[in-house]
Amino acid sequence: MSLTNFVWAFVVGGLLCAAAQLVVDVTRLTPAHTMVLFVSLGAAFSALGLYEPLTQLAGAGATIPLPSFGHALVQGALEGARREGFLGLVAGGLEATALPLTAAIGFGYLMAVVFSPRG
Amino acid sequence: MRADAAASRDYAGRLRRHQPRPPILRNVLAAFLVGGLICVVGQAVLGWFMSGGMTPKDAAAPTAAVMVIAGALLTGLGLYDELARFAGMGSALPITGFANSIVAPALEAKREGYVLGVGAQLFTIAGPVIVYGVLAALAAAALRYGLVGP
Repeated sequence: MSLTNFVWAFVVGGLLCAAAQLVVDVTRLTPAHTMVLFVSLGAAFSALGLYEPLTQLAGAGATIPLPSFGHALVQGALEGARREGFLGLVAGGLEATALPLTAAIGFGYLMAVVFSPRG
Repeated sequence: MRADAAASRDYAGRLRRHQPRPPILRNVLAAFLVGGLICVVGQAVLGWFMSGGMTPKDAAAPTAAVMVIAGALLTGLGLYDELARFAGMGSALPITGFANSIVAPALEAKREGYVLGVGAQLFTIAGPVIVYGVLAALAAAALRYGLVGP
């Protein structure tokens, strides 16, 4: 891991977020709509074979922004399909994303229970 | 009927003109900076997992999980929402923002109870993201599977 990796992560991750902000400001879509849009775009680009090269170039710059959730779902589904055909295609996406999703539910719940709302 | 539609379009246009214009350049720059910096932190976590012998591909999911935990913790401490006010999508689009979108509404809903409050509100924003993510990914993967094979 060199400085170049960090620079690419910064630039690509920053550009994805800037693009999302541009969508919010120009189209007046809500942030939630924009998040849904970017996850779906990530899935589409992944199936076209365009997202994987981006992750190789930018590392966390491509895997931390939300489109990578769509990418991980598609790659998991395709990997499942290679393993066990149609059933694998259906199950593979959530299998591949189980770790971050379960962490989000488990830790999100814990935080909501431990802390009190402000204001 | 047609006149009604035209009038309502006209009204929407007028309403839009009178809404405050967002400072687009400032917002996009803030999103770029903060989003980029969050990804740099993610890159450091990724590097830490890879130094333990993981491939970049294997390390992506545990890195995402660590960032989710960090985002949830910073939301609980009330810091992430401060950042979000400055950074907009720069803090919302990274997976730490996904964690924020889970914790923030759940925390607010605490007084409505643990089932219909916290349990339901965890998914106010994460729900749509997961639903459309899974649907889009299923469609995209099935198309690719059907057209070019896995």
